[in-house]
Amino acid sequence: MQAFKDSGHLFRLAAVFVAGILLFLVMRGVLVPKSFGQYGHYRGNAMAEIGALPIRFAGHETCETCHADVLDKKKDGKHAHVSCEACHGPQAKHADDPSSVQPPKLDTAVLCVRCHEANAAKPKNFPQVASADHSGGLPCDTCHQPHSPAIGSPAVSGGKK
Amino acid sequence: MSISRRHMLLLLPAAAVAWKHVLAGTPESSPNYTMSQHWWSMLIDLPKCIGCGNCVRACQTENDVPDGYFRTWVERYHVSDYDIENPQVDSPDGGKKGFPAVKAEGGKNFFVPKLCNHCADSPCTQVCPVGATFISPDGVVLIDKKYCLGCRYCVQACPYGCRFINPQSSTAEKCTLCYHRITKGLTTACCEACPTGARQLADLKNPNDPIHEFLKTHSVQVLKPYMATHAKVFYNGLDGSVR
Repeated sequence: MQAFKDSGHLFRLAAVFVAGILLFLVMRGVLVPKSFGQYGHYRGNAMAEIGALPIRFAGHETCETCHADVLDKKKDGKHAHVSCEACHGPQAKHADDPSSVQPPKLDTAVLCVRCHEANAAKPKNFPQVASADHSGGLPCDTCHQPHSPAIGSPAVSGGKK
Repeated sequence: MSISRRHMLLLLPAAAVAWKHVLAGTPESSPNYTMSQHWWSMLIDLPKCIGCGNCVRACQTENDVPDGYFRTWVERYHVSDYDIENPQVDSPDGGKKGFPAVKAEGGKNFFVPKLCNHCADSPCTQVCPVGATFISPDGVVLIDKKYCLGCRYCVQACPYGCRFINPQSSTAEKCTLCYHRITKGLTTACCEACPTGARQLADLKNPNDPIHEFLKTHSVQVLKPYMATHAKVFYNGLDGSVR
């Protein structure tokens, strides 16, 4: 074999390369998460991790399983399609443990004006008032029941439930 | 050492089983949810938006968004009668506390809620050097916090300005379309909190979703269509002055 005479250094070099490639493959196997590349060039498990975050808003379907009476009050009023947590805030903790976690009492003087304070950028057909002129500082639930806000609507006080 | 044919036949199935395990990863947290059956989007019905800021507050509560940063925010536009090319836009604290009433002298005034457009051809995912942000198989642009380096390429790439660097984790953050909620059958926090139905979560792969009827019967636009991002947040009644 004249061709491979004095060629030991080539084989040693090849061995170094092979060892390097093997080390790369082993390290890659250890370091790259198993789910990487499952769906694309990213870690597939990231979706499950994001999906496992806790929820804060229970959703109005959850509220309605217990508070069917409120649903009854709301159904003919202007607020029929306003979901519970739009006003009452996030209540997932209350839904998990209704007896020990109580939702805070709402202040209608603060709450109603968030939506109904007059503003030129609001849609023209949306009911809005300049609250200072409209009620003179009285809380809104003096006249309006939040669950069915038209004056004279038969619903009993929403504030007292 | 030499491997006989008999040993090879034993080894190959074992390797196949091991490889399958490698591919599978850990199981999903929502067992009843099949990603391939959904393609999420959102509909924003602008004539219904009253600028109350409920969506902004709900998003911050639901997703622990730090103060001064926004995954969704509301802008107020004032387009004067004589300079429709240059609208005045304000968004005090993202619209979180509503908008102060200003005396409008003519012109048009309206609110525009903004959020990640969950583009089907998103510029932000294309620039990520480490595969930390991606489009999930159900059409949601997500960020893998464990992989994000905080290099800010994606923050620059987003044409809609929807990304920011979370000051606590120093990783990129954005709207996840409440992925932890929609995979459990709930709607997003902003849609849940919206009192007028101006925001509606929509599943384009669900043939019974009202979005299909809405898209057929309304003039619907996306933001910056010339960017060819295939944005999936649809705006009904969008004014031409909105950037």
